[in-house]
Amino acid sequence: MAQNKQPETAEELKKMEEMNEIELIIGKVLRIGVLISAAVILVGVLLVVFTGKTGYAANFYPTTVKAILSGIVALKPFAILMLGLFLLILTPVLRVVVSIYAFVKERDHLYVWITTFVLVILLIGMWIGYIGK
Amino acid sequence: MINTILLLIIVGLGAGIFGAIFGIGGGMIVTPVLTLLMGLDIKYAIGASIISVIATSSGATVAYLKDDMLNLRVAMFLEIATTIGAIAGAVLTGVLPSAVLYVLFGVLLLFSAWNMYRKMRAGKEKTEAIQADSLSTKLKLNGSYYDNAIDKKIDYQVSNVPGGFTMMLGAGLASGLLGIGSGAFKVIAMDTIMKMPLKPSSATSNLMMGVTAAASATVYFFNGSIRPEIAAPLAIGILVGALIGSRIMKHLRARVLRMIFIPILFYIGLQMFLKGFGVTI
Repeated sequence: MAQNKQPETAEELKKMEEMNEIELIIGKVLRIGVLISAAVILVGVLLVVFTGKTGYAANFYPTTVKAILSGIVALKPFAILMLGLFLLILTPVLRVVVSIYAFVKERDHLYVWITTFVLVILLIGMWIGYIGK
Repeated sequence: MINTILLLIIVGLGAGIFGAIFGIGGGMIVTPVLTLLMGLDIKYAIGASIISVIATSSGATVAYLKDDMLNLRVAMFLEIATTIGAIAGAVLTGVLPSAVLYVLFGVLLLFSAWNMYRKMRAGKEKTEAIQADSLSTKLKLNGSYYDNAIDKKIDYQVSNVPGGFTMMLGAGLASGLLGIGSGAFKVIAMDTIMKMPLKPSSATSNLMMGVTAAASATVYFFNGSIRPEIAAPLAIGILVGALIGSRIMKHLRARVLRMIFIPILFYIGLQMFLKGFGVTI
């Protein structure tokens, strides 16, 4: 731990700057992801409010990728809402992906593996969700 | 439907502000409001709530990243535990009856209220000198942050990594099961078990919530528990609320906030618990 007491050494300073850079990249990616998903959700909400229609029968909303995609092509408000919600769910996943890249750049092999492992768990979760219907 | 949508945006705003301030992801506020006040089935409330958790986390993270308060390595390492727990929890929710979910949710809120009270009684936030264990050094978990309130950079060590990791498995399970951010459990794991200071603990917890929630949210998304007309307006309100909340948080003292929040949390917890047994107060 002794070397941690002196962050002024060139190596420590470089590490800190790199970490700072990583956090900035992640912040920017998150912000873009959040803004895109928020914009899509907002468009969907406005469509529902102003047209008064959901695009589907009462109490129905699309939950499969296929149904959502064909609903978007037909500009159905609920399909657009579901797309926006799905993009929002993907934002933290995207953060994990960017973190892997950032740790690779920093040559922190241990955290490349740890972060990749988290991503694999997330993908398994999606798979379980899909087959669990 | 338009009135409901506007109401949900306002609920979202409130949940976002409180969620960011307390590091509880908004889920603890959203589910009681949707079930107790709006009469929604708890399974759909949990689905909308998990979306709220992601929105709170993503909205707040943008602000925290600039503050350098979070510890990215601690977050990544412990997310292994929370995501595994979250997937198990989401699968369980599909199987358990609603009454059980109400009781569990009530117990969770009562516990959170008690936990906040206990911490308040413990007095001022103190920065103890902690001996880092060999595991936390090996995993490079020790860090530092800049405290605005006292205008000083604080270095800290992390201890008891296995204990924190185990607690995070439970936090993930609760998150997936009840659609909450599990912020209280995550903060306990970091601040009480691993001895991290409160501010980086709650910033890191906020960051972890999004990834944890994403793990169970896909399960809810594909099995139809996420209803767009409920989850979407909530998400919009929460995104904006979380941004406001995380700005306010920097200028507030945790103690005053907790004092206001504890009795509210206790009362809602009691209501949820009793609803599981069919009693309304």
